[in-house]
Amino acid sequence: MSLTLEPNPQQIKDEKLYRTMGLTDEEFEKATEIIGRLPNYTETGLFSVMWSEHCSYKNSKPVLRKFPTEGEHVLQGPGEGAGIVDIGDGQAVVFKIESHNHPSAIEPYQGAATGVGGIIRDVFSMGARPVAILNSLRFGELETSRVKYLFEEVVAGIAGYGNCIGIPTVGGEIQFDPSYDGNPLVNAMCVGLIDHKDIQKGQAKGVGNTVMYVGAKTGRDGIHGATFASEELSESSEEKRPAVQVGDPFMEKLLLEACLELIHNDALIGIQDMGAAGLTSSSAEMASKSGSGMEMNLDLIPQRETGMTPYEMMLSESQERMLIVVKKGREKEIEDLFAKYGLEAASVGVVTDDKMLRLLHKGEVAAEVPVDALAEDAPVYHKPSAEPQYFRDFQAMEPKTPEVADYNETLVKLLQQPTISSKEWVYDQYDYQVRTNTVVAPGSDAAVIRLRGTNKALAMTTDCNSRYIYLDPKTGGKIAVAEAARNIICSGASPLAITDGLNYGSPENPGVFWQLEESADGISEACLALQSPVIGGNVSLYNETNGTAIYPTPIIGMVGLIEDVAHITTQAAKQAGDLVYVIGDAENEFGGSELQKMTNGGEIFGKSPVIDLTVEKARQDALLAAIQTGIVQSAHDISEGGFAVALVEKLFGTGFGANVSLEGEATAALFAETQSRFIVTVKAENKEAFEAAVKDAKHIGEVTAEQVVSIQVNGEEVVQAPVKKCEDAWKGAIPCLLNSEA
Amino acid sequence: MKFAVIVFPGSNCDVDMYHAVKDELGEQVDLVWHDADNLDQYDGILLPGGFSYGDYLRSGAIAHMSKVMAAVKKAAEAGKPVLGVCNGFQILLESGLLPGAMLRNKNLKFICRTVELAVENNETMFTSLYEKGEKIRIPVAHGEGNYYCDDETLAKLQANNQIAFTYASDVNGSLSDIAGITNEKGNVLGMMPHPERAVDDLLGSADGLKLFQSIVKHWRDSHVVNA
Repeated sequence: MSLTLEPNPQQIKDEKLYRTMGLTDEEFEKATEIIGRLPNYTETGLFSVMWSEHCSYKNSKPVLRKFPTEGEHVLQGPGEGAGIVDIGDGQAVVFKIESHNHPSAIEPYQGAATGVGGIIRDVFSMGARPVAILNSLRFGELETSRVKYLFEEVVAGIAGYGNCIGIPTVGGEIQFDPSYDGNPLVNAMCVGLIDHKDIQKGQAKGVGNTVMYVGAKTGRDGIHGATFASEELSESSEEKRPAVQVGDPFMEKLLLEACLELIHNDALIGIQDMGAAGLTSSSAEMASKSGSGMEMNLDLIPQRETGMTPYEMMLSESQERMLIVVKKGREKEIEDLFAKYGLEAASVGVVTDDKMLRLLHKGEVAAEVPVDALAEDAPVYHKPSAEPQYFRDFQAMEPKTPEVADYNETLVKLLQQPTISSKEWVYDQYDYQVRTNTVVAPGSDAAVIRLRGTNKALAMTTDCNSRYIYLDPKTGGKIAVAEAARNIICSGASPLAITDGLNYGSPENPGVFWQLEESADGISEACLALQSPVIGGNVSLYNETNGTAIYPTPIIGMVGLIEDVAHITTQAAKQAGDLVYVIGDAENEFGGSELQKMTNGGEIFGKSPVIDLTVEKARQDALLAAIQTGIVQSAHDISEGGFAVALVEKLFGTGFGANVSLEGEATAALFAETQSRFIVTVKAENKEAFEAAVKDAKHIGEVTAEQVVSIQVNGEEVVQAPVKKCEDAWKGAIPCLLNSEA
Repeated sequence: MKFAVIVFPGSNCDVDMYHAVKDELGEQVDLVWHDADNLDQYDGILLPGGFSYGDYLRSGAIAHMSKVMAAVKKAAEAGKPVLGVCNGFQILLESGLLPGAMLRNKNLKFICRTVELAVENNETMFTSLYEKGEKIRIPVAHGEGNYYCDDETLAKLQANNQIAFTYASDVNGSLSDIAGITNEKGNVLGMMPHPERAVDDLLGSADGLKLFQSIVKHWRDSHVVNA
């Protein structure tokens, strides 16, 4: 007998109790219509989580349809746990990004840790061995004790989970801006490797086959996590702390190894992670995808606590659990396999042919709902979209060059901006070397993982400058993809595909929805131009605190293939005497730039930099071809902070300096954030070959043995600074901010 | 020479150790599950890094009670080389095969970076191919690598030449910058830095390879003598 008194169906309707679960009146009516009667408490819960934005994408679906998802190498596009791309030799790369923003806002350590755990499960539920983790983080300025706490605990949570499970955290990016003050962003990406023959699907086929539950027991943690993720944050969000799950990376390590052994057992029919909406989503989606039904006896679900109700079990988001379907009669083998790892595998149900999700509890039917109604029939909303006034105002502005009195001092100050400064304080805490494949560690443009047993490697990065996207969502969307591709190219790889983590404010706000639509258009255009389709991703809406939305932040996670480890290139200068080249001229573009923000009290305005995708593609192709012929010593894209920042970044840790001459207006030449630009170093003997290969490249100077960076503009020396001084400022910025009084 | 890499639930550098021995050292190696009770067929025992049993309770505290540890002790008593790296070192401390204990890193954070070590004693079966005082670059990756022991133990370690490696500069607060120690007999080595991560120049350093080669050299030499 349940100790909890649940309201009856009539009360749920009359007192509109479904509203507290996140269902609208219309949605409740639709659910009632589908099942032909009033839903009981458990059933109302099933509908509310499955029809939440987090699970159904009901608000973002019309936008997601815009993305190009096909390409000759794509083996699995959006729809499964993670997307898959062929990399030759019978191997494929599996990857996906996912957000854990709301949990991280109120319980940063566990929020971030379980975000990592969740995305890892998405990858190994496909049958892939996870080989790398990346992340993309956004915080407010490191000025208040609250933001510092969130930052330190999020990093500790990512480290705690990834280090323990033994998957290297190889890269990522972090930006700081007041718009993320109350609503940090924590997006985690996992990259896995798989042999084509091992690719698994979340399917429940074959009537009579057994549904098994494996991994951790179900507790009362994370109930309604998916619903919570689909609301704005407010002062009362602290009360939702129980909706945050608690991670156990040791359990997940065992589950990972057991599942990767399981995929070689021919008794396995299908496997799916119990992620958002836990048992509900995994059971309904596996059955729905296979055109079948599922009956589960909830009395058999391994439970961590006593007296759990069907509602609690179905809505729990306890971590480290998987639902699998195995051939009838083979259950013992599966139990034994999991027992080796000290894990329980419980037979909890059967596959049926009636397309219903039927839940039994203590001899009674606790819920009976069509699987398609949960997995497929969520309403789709076409939210009103309207171009906001701020955009029109910004577009009407004339370009404005920030006032710079002292170029040396400005450069040092830029290097101290937390968005630009060294993230060593962060990645020092991540085990980025475990599995001994990390060729390029955090700190260069993209991380590189070699593929053991082959001569190939993978490059991977996460990128998004949300300031540009705020100023101009469409252009900013293009830039995000282009910048990710630049990082991949600079590492010696050709882009394969992207996963996108779409983080926005509330879709109920027409201006926010317009940002979502426009940026998706920009991303799509760039994906087509740069031949890098979208193979999956995640949508996180309602990133607002007390009515203020974050900057639109569609994070691009990109993976590229390096055909030969000899092509691996880093940003660091390699030897004195090498020639320095810049590809692309600076324009008077400061909208959304680091310099504008720094010199304008933290505010940005005006137009974002422009981007011409044809020029972008041509430069990327030419540079990659040059890298692949072995005539490029180092390559780095010019991004936040402009040319001067990119140049000194190339010198940090190398023991070299540089002496270069530029032309044009000094502030723009040094600090403008004009797109599609690179700094490259080349051995003197390869001068002709490089200039023939990259037509847009201009020879501007040399790498020097003297550890000084010296920049002339129009023949006048404007920057002359010891590299050490720059490096100390750059490295010390974040530790200094963390140690200062709030 | 045939090595065993012991795999505990939660070990995660087991595969790295395996590949270092098989691919870079070119010797035989098996991954051996923690419930094995006999290691007689192996000439060297490797306890890898990771988070055995999630580091719950205390790093290495649960793993040291595994069935396989009786066999590891037997191998150590028989004079076979036993190497524990990172979590493997912590397990050796918990099991009493090596003296001392680990505290949390001085900065209370996990630290992952490649650091410089000094070879303090090159007269062990693990270090004979290094020069005394040689500086080598080996990665560390740990949260609890701040070695501690009482004064008496430290004096003994120093007197017996049991300190194999020290950090060239302070990394985690370890007493006397200790990075690795041997037992009195010299056939059990525990170290926090990961030599198995430094066996391939492509990944930044191959300075760890000589440690494994030293083990093989010692084994070959002693078998020639015995033949």
